[in-house]
Amino acid sequence: MKKIIAIIKSWWQTLRAPSSASLGFILCLGFFGGIIFWGGFNTGMEATNTEEFCSGCHEVIVEEIKETIHYSNRSGVRAICSDCHVPHNWSDKIVRKVQASKELVAWAMGNIDTPEKFYERRRHLADREWDRMKKNNSQECRNCHEFEFMDFSIQGNRSVKMHSTALASGDKTCIDCHKGIAHELPDMTGVSGWH
Amino acid sequence: MKIKLLATALCALMLSAPSWSEQDEADNNVNNGGVSSLRGNVELDTQQDPGRIKQVQRDRPTMDREYVHQPPLIPHQIRHYKVDMDANKCLSCHSWKNASETGGTRISPTHYETRDGMTLSDVSPRRYFCLQCHVPQADAKPLVENDFKPVESLR
Repeated sequence: MKKIIAIIKSWWQTLRAPSSASLGFILCLGFFGGIIFWGGFNTGMEATNTEEFCSGCHEVIVEEIKETIHYSNRSGVRAICSDCHVPHNWSDKIVRKVQASKELVAWAMGNIDTPEKFYERRRHLADREWDRMKKNNSQECRNCHEFEFMDFSIQGNRSVKMHSTALASGDKTCIDCHKGIAHELPDMTGVSGWH
Repeated sequence: MKIKLLATALCALMLSAPSWSEQDEADNNVNNGGVSSLRGNVELDTQQDPGRIKQVQRDRPTMDREYVHQPPLIPHQIRHYKVDMDANKCLSCHSWKNASETGGTRISPTHYETRDGMTLSDVSPRRYFCLQCHVPQADAKPLVENDFKPVESLR
């Protein structure tokens, strides 16, 4: 025990003692170390944003998007899970990633490990995501679909009607009407705007 | 000599006979019997060029009905509008609750009735699946000639 304390003490001494290396060397070390650590951290986080990573656990849901316009369309531009479900803004992204660690626990506990359990919880899960998007004014939609650049003259009649009134005035946000555009819907009983 | 020739001929006939009938059967399976269908006058094992898929018209004015009680046609696209146990996308514009806000056409009161004429408080299950009767239109020429004319009162 004494030995261990001695070792720790000597380490502490070394850490506290001014280094004999030049300031320039230390700065360089910090600079390159910073690049490696920050780069590594970001690369790691980006890896958790890929479709492959998501489908590791959410395989069934990833399947659902395939028939929708965000997966197959005339121009070949598409959105992947993280484009819509992870904020792009750095600080919001970190917050969402930390929240997701709770979901990892739920996954490990097997809270939703059968299709039946998933179906039962689906409305709750959807509600949460709808709430999140409602609160941030559908920011993840708007990262691509910017209202400022919408040309009403080439939109459909129904789109113009809604976009030029409710959306333009800020009464409604994208997710208020565009629910279930990339997924199957849960039981919609009682959801505003549905039957 | 004659007998030998006859026997050879008979043998040859017997050997080749099964292959004839197989051929006949194969012919019968693909022979369209001269009947021309929407696929054209082609044998059943011939794949006609299917042509391009017709595009559903994106937005158009409402279409007139051709006969009394014709289910109105859908004058817009309906891609990925789900109608199932959990959700009915059509009703989010056309239900009585939502129609005034969205400007959609209200579904008729008959959609609330059972087959015995009893009026329910919500859409009758037998009328829930909109696409059974109401369909969107593609920009396509008629496949067969049709000189149907609506009755005088609808013209």
